[in-house]
Amino acid sequence: MISPMTDLAYSWPHLFPEVLLAGFALLGVFFGALMGGDRRFGLISILGVAALVGAGVLAIVHQPLAPVHILQGAMVIDGVGVFAKALIAFAAAATLTLGADHFNNTGERRFEFPILVVLATLGMFVMVSARDLITLYVGVELQSLCAYILAAWRRDDAYSSEAGLKYFVLSAIASGLLLFGASFVYGFTGSIHFDVIASVVSEGGGGVGVIFGLVLMLCALGFKMSAAPFHMWTPDVYEGAPTPVTAFFAAAPKVAAVVLMARLLYEPFAAMIGQWGQVVMALSAISMVWGSLGALLQTNLKRLMAYSSITNMGFVLMGLASGGEQGPVSALIYLALYLPATIGIFGLILSMRREGLPAETVQDLAGLAKTRAWAAALLTMLLFSVAGIPPFAGFIGKLLVLSAAVDAALYWLAILGGVAAVVAAAYYLRLLASIWFSAPAAPLQRPSGAVALTAATAAILSFPVLVFALGFIERWAEAAVRMSF
Amino acid sequence: MEITLAHYLFVAAALFTIGVFGIFVNRKNVIIILMSIELVLLSVNVNLVAFSAFLQNIEGQVFAMLVLTVAAAEAAVGLAILVTYFRNRGGIAVEDINQMRG
Repeated sequence: MISPMTDLAYSWPHLFPEVLLAGFALLGVFFGALMGGDRRFGLISILGVAALVGAGVLAIVHQPLAPVHILQGAMVIDGVGVFAKALIAFAAAATLTLGADHFNNTGERRFEFPILVVLATLGMFVMVSARDLITLYVGVELQSLCAYILAAWRRDDAYSSEAGLKYFVLSAIASGLLLFGASFVYGFTGSIHFDVIASVVSEGGGGVGVIFGLVLMLCALGFKMSAAPFHMWTPDVYEGAPTPVTAFFAAAPKVAAVVLMARLLYEPFAAMIGQWGQVVMALSAISMVWGSLGALLQTNLKRLMAYSSITNMGFVLMGLASGGEQGPVSALIYLALYLPATIGIFGLILSMRREGLPAETVQDLAGLAKTRAWAAALLTMLLFSVAGIPPFAGFIGKLLVLSAAVDAALYWLAILGGVAAVVAAAYYLRLLASIWFSAPAAPLQRPSGAVALTAATAAILSFPVLVFALGFIERWAEAAVRMSF
Repeated sequence: MEITLAHYLFVAAALFTIGVFGIFVNRKNVIIILMSIELVLLSVNVNLVAFSAFLQNIEGQVFAMLVLTVAAAEAAVGLAILVTYFRNRGGIAVEDINQMRG
């Protein structure tokens, strides 16, 4: 065993992104408390976006050629981790930009908002590079604790505090399940380290205790990524939380939870694919069906997006269930193509206000094409992408996941996915029909510059940029998976 | 009678079940839910320490220390959210937490 100081000196350069985020959060709390006044909100928000982008860039720049195990094997810096960190950092930076702009306009300038977003992102960074059960748990909890506070952010609003309370209680049960499962995995394999667990499992050791522990952990992670049947918190929290916070929940934490699950399945438990494959397939099938059926009944746009995210997580899980190399690669690409569309749609929902009050129902969108033609055009592109209509980016994501499932001979799952995609397209098209062909409702306020810019960027990313950059993303994801798993 | 690993695991499983039932069956008071969450986390600690002693391996006890720390932070955040909820609604009865249909 190497000495702690040598280990720290060796690990330190690989931890620059995490150190940047943690340093920003600590200094931000300190100077925010010292400065006082309304100006600090804008300043800390801008610095927060800069820290997030900086962390993403640092992670990419310092990408190693082979997995690097740091802090005595507690964390690993590798391809999949770097891919996920880049997605998480840019998604968090985009949603923080939207949120800071929104809270600045509504006058709720509390400087802790950017700090909590950055701390939650730090938790996600730890999640995606976890290499033992303790790191896994600490990362999940750092992300979740910040998320509870963010959900209850509007503390004078009954809906927001109810969302926070529901999220807290249900998420705490999920954490309990995660820990209970982790304690069984530890007890029956004799170690918390993923590499030791992997060698015990591949020799057929551990037995039923390990399977029990793994299933509990999968249920808990399914909860964190809002996969049915563990989705019950999602619609309520999405509706009740302030919209900028909902946008944040819909983007970055999903990547972290999916990549953490992928790492767990393909590293320590790779030899048990026969056992966990069933569980992941069931989660995927139920999510796709329940998400697309549930969305048909919704009138609130935020609840609609909650069900849409459940369906999309079903597709990602289909990729993970397929196994091999193509499975995780398709899941990673799906996430990369799904993020910009979600962020763009939430940006537009965020900007939908009438006389200062939020307008968040499907009726509020009626005739948007006649009153705000540009917003309607951007929303149409983004909805086409999420619905998976060619040639938009979302279509390619669905195609890759479905072909991975077919290659793995999961025909029934692929057919179910195709049907779910068609049903899901029905409610996106209903939304579009209302936007383009209904009699116009009273006009909405003009979107602010930051929202218009984010939505336009997201739309351009969904077509044509990401479609043409697909070869590059595919190579990156393949290299990442080959290095890690 | 000798106390074996199985006995500890049984106690932990019983505590865990009581905790989970306390969350789902209780319809009265959110404070009781917070207590149940604490019970769930402590049952995990029993598991971890029992496995650690059985395996002669220190990692489980380190894990248990971290679980204790995080449980304290979680209780603090949960109570803070509960206070804002109480101020908005004037009560913490579980059956009233239904403004949004779930």
